[in-house]
Amino acid sequence: MSDTHAQTVAFVRDTMLPEQPPPASEAGVIKWMRENLFKGWFNSILTLLSIFFIYKIVSGAYPWFANGIWNTSSLAECREMLDGMTGACFSVLTERWNQLLFGFTYPTEAYWRPTLAVVLLLVAIAPVLYPKAPRKLMLFTAIYPFLAFWLIWGGTLLTPLMVLVGLIAGYFAFKKFERQSFAMGMLAGLVATVVVIWAGGVIPAAMPDVLALQAIPSRDLGGFMLNMILGTVCVSLSLPLGIMLALGRQSSMPIIKWMCVVFIEFIRGVPLITLLFVANVVLAYFFPPGSNIDLVLRVIIMITMFSSAYIAEVIRGGLAALPRGQYEAGDSLGLDYAQSMRFIILPQALKISIPGIVNVAVGLFKDTTLVSVISMFDLVGMIRGPILASTEWNGVYWELWGFAVFVFFIVCFSISKYSQWLERQLATDHR
Amino acid sequence: MKKIAILGAMTVAGLSAGVASAATLDDVKARGKLNCGVTTGLVGFAAPNANGEWEGFDVGVCRAVAAAVLGDPTAVEFVPTTGKTRFTALASGEIDLLARNTTWTFSRDVDLGFEFVGINYYDGQGFMVPKELGVSSAKELDGATVCIQTGTTTELNLADFFRANNISYEPVPIETNAEAQPLYLEGACDVYTTDASGLAATRAAFENPGDHVVLPEIISKEPLGPLVRHGDNQWGDIARWTLNALIAAEELGVTSANVSELASAAGSNPEINRLLGTEGTLGAMLGLEADWAVKAIMAGGNYGELFEKNIGENTPIGLARGLNALWTEGGLLYTPPFR
Amino acid sequence: MSTISDPPSGSFQLSMLINDTRYRSYTFQFIALILLILAFAYLGYNLLANLQAAGLNISYKFLGEPAGYDINQTLIDYTSQSSHWRASLVGVLNTLLVAFLGCIMATVIGVVVGVLRLSNNWLVRQLMSIYVEIFRNVPVLIWILIIMAVFIAVLPQPRDFRGEDATASMVFGAFAFTGRGFYSPAPVFGPGSGVVVAVFLASIAGIFAFRNYAKKALYDRGQLIPTLWPSLAIFFIPAILAFFVMGRPITLDLPSLQGFNFQGGIFMRNSLIALWFALSIYTAAFIAENVRAGILAVSKGQTEAAASLGLRPGRIMNLVVLPQALRVIIPPLISQYLNLTKNSSLAIAVGYMDLTGTLGGITLNQTGRAIEAIFLLMLFYLAISLAISAIMNVYNNAVKLKER
Repeated sequence: MSDTHAQTVAFVRDTMLPEQPPPASEAGVIKWMRENLFKGWFNSILTLLSIFFIYKIVSGAYPWFANGIWNTSSLAECREMLDGMTGACFSVLTERWNQLLFGFTYPTEAYWRPTLAVVLLLVAIAPVLYPKAPRKLMLFTAIYPFLAFWLIWGGTLLTPLMVLVGLIAGYFAFKKFERQSFAMGMLAGLVATVVVIWAGGVIPAAMPDVLALQAIPSRDLGGFMLNMILGTVCVSLSLPLGIMLALGRQSSMPIIKWMCVVFIEFIRGVPLITLLFVANVVLAYFFPPGSNIDLVLRVIIMITMFSSAYIAEVIRGGLAALPRGQYEAGDSLGLDYAQSMRFIILPQALKISIPGIVNVAVGLFKDTTLVSVISMFDLVGMIRGPILASTEWNGVYWELWGFAVFVFFIVCFSISKYSQWLERQLATDHR
Repeated sequence: MKKIAILGAMTVAGLSAGVASAATLDDVKARGKLNCGVTTGLVGFAAPNANGEWEGFDVGVCRAVAAAVLGDPTAVEFVPTTGKTRFTALASGEIDLLARNTTWTFSRDVDLGFEFVGINYYDGQGFMVPKELGVSSAKELDGATVCIQTGTTTELNLADFFRANNISYEPVPIETNAEAQPLYLEGACDVYTTDASGLAATRAAFENPGDHVVLPEIISKEPLGPLVRHGDNQWGDIARWTLNALIAAEELGVTSANVSELASAAGSNPEINRLLGTEGTLGAMLGLEADWAVKAIMAGGNYGELFEKNIGENTPIGLARGLNALWTEGGLLYTPPFR
Repeated sequence: MSTISDPPSGSFQLSMLINDTRYRSYTFQFIALILLILAFAYLGYNLLANLQAAGLNISYKFLGEPAGYDINQTLIDYTSQSSHWRASLVGVLNTLLVAFLGCIMATVIGVVVGVLRLSNNWLVRQLMSIYVEIFRNVPVLIWILIIMAVFIAVLPQPRDFRGEDATASMVFGAFAFTGRGFYSPAPVFGPGSGVVVAVFLASIAGIFAFRNYAKKALYDRGQLIPTLWPSLAIFFIPAILAFFVMGRPITLDLPSLQGFNFQGGIFMRNSLIALWFALSIYTAAFIAENVRAGILAVSKGQTEAAASLGLRPGRIMNLVVLPQALRVIIPPLISQYLNLTKNSSLAIAVGYMDLTGTLGGITLNQTGRAIEAIFLLMLFYLAISLAISAIMNVYNNAVKLKER
């Protein structure tokens, strides 16, 4: 064959041609642009519009940032330095950073305490957030709330220590009676905790200066610190409450179910602001005469109720999503209600619910800014009140609001990114 | 106790607090601190300074009461309240005394169940406008946009005033003085109205106070005074007579400078002696120490001193005594005798 | 709970209340009920004791008394002599107004953004996800206050429009964008305008009839009638004709600067717009995510099947994807509406006189009736959310997949 071929054809290529680059319009950047930016006239118009929009924003914002002034002590001085140029007076941030972050009555010499509390918070939540973190850190997580309380509010370390001891006593009592029944264990634990705290209360009262930091009343808390405190405290408190409410709502006992449904639907039906009004002007009437529970605590109570109702709904979704077989499996193993919930149902239901819980947490953290409406000085309250009304900084809007947007965005965005990451990590059943 | 409660052991707090509330005086003494309600910030009357310490005319009243009861003018916990929260804060016992330029009105005294213990500032509602608008009388304000603090008597007075003069306006309700300021300065409202003293204090905080005028009309009577809950007469008496002691001290020439000297031994003026406790048992009748008034006066000076130091003509606020002068000097301040 | 398999047997013993699963639930419920009653009794006792100590009582008589204050935006007649009840009603209407406007705008923005997030244009996709992330992750209160700050600090105040050297001017001589709000011309209906309005309404009905006809033609005979241009024609032409035939009965009332403010025309206050825009763009970011998720939830096979039938992309979206996506989109959409309505209570931060501003704000402050006012306030919001939940349930039942 090859012979005949050789005679009839003058030239036979015996090697492959080198690969030609694809046409310019079908390769690299140009192809990408053709497909992603200029596919059809409508897309092209959209692209041009977007480019114009981006150009407008950048050209407007760039000189504002670039000419920003960081070291003046009042708006008038800053305007003078700018001399008619477009530029930001970031000096309001450098001059008032402490008020924005800590409020205006928190003692300056104690700033290290909440700062340390935040750093330790990161350590404490690591084992919760990252399943791979060393398990021993869990111990620190358990101690953290007491440590943070001591750092932020001050006073003697014995007070939180006493509560911790009480809880440990409660735990042991629970373990001891758990064999008999879960309810008995809970009851014993509760009684032990209350008794130990109540009896032990005399110790910090007798020795108020042992390991004491300067005590700081709650109304001196402010700035972004207040948002952080409200957010973390309320989310952590509302988790157990939310689980109980969700279980109650799924319960087969009509009275308990009915109680939980009414509570959840009521709380979800009213805006948070009305609950804050309740904390502000009504709740004090429901406490015993003479007891003086301060505003921060009242707000924590109301926000916790608020978020526990939402978390309960998320967890209920998780419970409902579990196949019925899981419940039956628990029953068929002879586990009682508490056991089957603790060992079979809840671990799975909570896993499904985590993204939803994180969403609720982010929403709640954003909602902590609402306390500014009831004249508490959180980050937004500080900006609206003392800073914008001060003689020096009357009229600095964009720098301050930009700062607030920046801070909240960083925190909320990272939490939601984390939740997405966790969702992928936990997706063990869809392989 | 409170700290444990914050940690969530609410039950414990509930158990111990089941007993009926004791008298306010005993509560304050047991606590070692006076809880005093003030504004969220009105320079000259009550505002935290750069160090976060509260200063002002109303603050002075709180400190005087604290000094009279506890002997320590710094034993005060200042609770900032808004127009919305002030009355519930007092009614629910969160604060023992409300010294927040609050107008004494019939319904507040009778219906809301409070007891005004006196008047520490005779005020009236006024209007502030930018000079460039060229307004010279409040009656020229037809169609104007008016910034107004909600929850105050000024809100009702304003409606009455414009209705009586048959002119219209556009109200812009504002929660606090601090929020009203940028709105007014940037021109989102033409007029800012509140008590004349409040206007002066607000204007003093402006960058260019000279660009704004307070109109001559004073459209209402606003007797401002501290108040306590109804029903605890002893506590009401203490607050009332502490305020009276400050006014009497000015009348009798007792100042923070000479009070310790005058109180060291009985002098020639029997009324000063009774006031300062070197004669008679007025302090014991109130349930306080004999030198209660001495401590109150030492806390911040007599009424005149408080006035001059915080809102007087030499301060940025620059208020004249006017109606708030002693009756002997043509004003309205007239305290019942200490006898 | 364990299921019961044993037949009830023997006589009842007291210990069975704890040990027998059949009776234990009664014990638990009984205990819970007792605890609940005790808790309420405790709170109620405290309330009564506190009220008595303060010399107060619970009474709703204040609702009938004259309010005494003025409200800037009233949709019904209201003067300072009207009752607190009427003031609350004004507040309710203002709440509903801003919620209604907000829901419409949030839906429009949300749907557009949600669809554009799936666009094959890379740049647009990125821009839209930046929008969604930024607005979702910053509190709505901050957005409300920022838009209000634009009004206060950026836009010109009415005084800037005045005089020879005015620094601001009206747009087309008819619209004024001021720091106090937007002014636009208002239609004035003269005699004979009823005919024009009637014609206009009739032509809207006509559009629907025409579209139905076109649909029928498509389904029955396979005949494709263009709908867009005829619809537009029906919308505009008859009304404009009637307008001129009747001798232009509808005129415009232009706003003009008189005294301190613009007078005439339609005035939308800065507080209303700040609240409306902020709620819309914030909620729209969430709606966009719902829309995107809804569209993605429609299986790709549906699109491919439609394409293989020869449908054009626009029709695939309209006839195949959207109807299926809506089933997924609408329930979360309605709960976003509910959130928006509840968030509208933040009006108090910018002085918009919604129910929280009137009943929960000024009325509460002036009468000192905190418990009563806040109770009514909660009741109102509760009623709204229950109503919306009821609507949602009805809808869910209606669109439930009919499985046979």
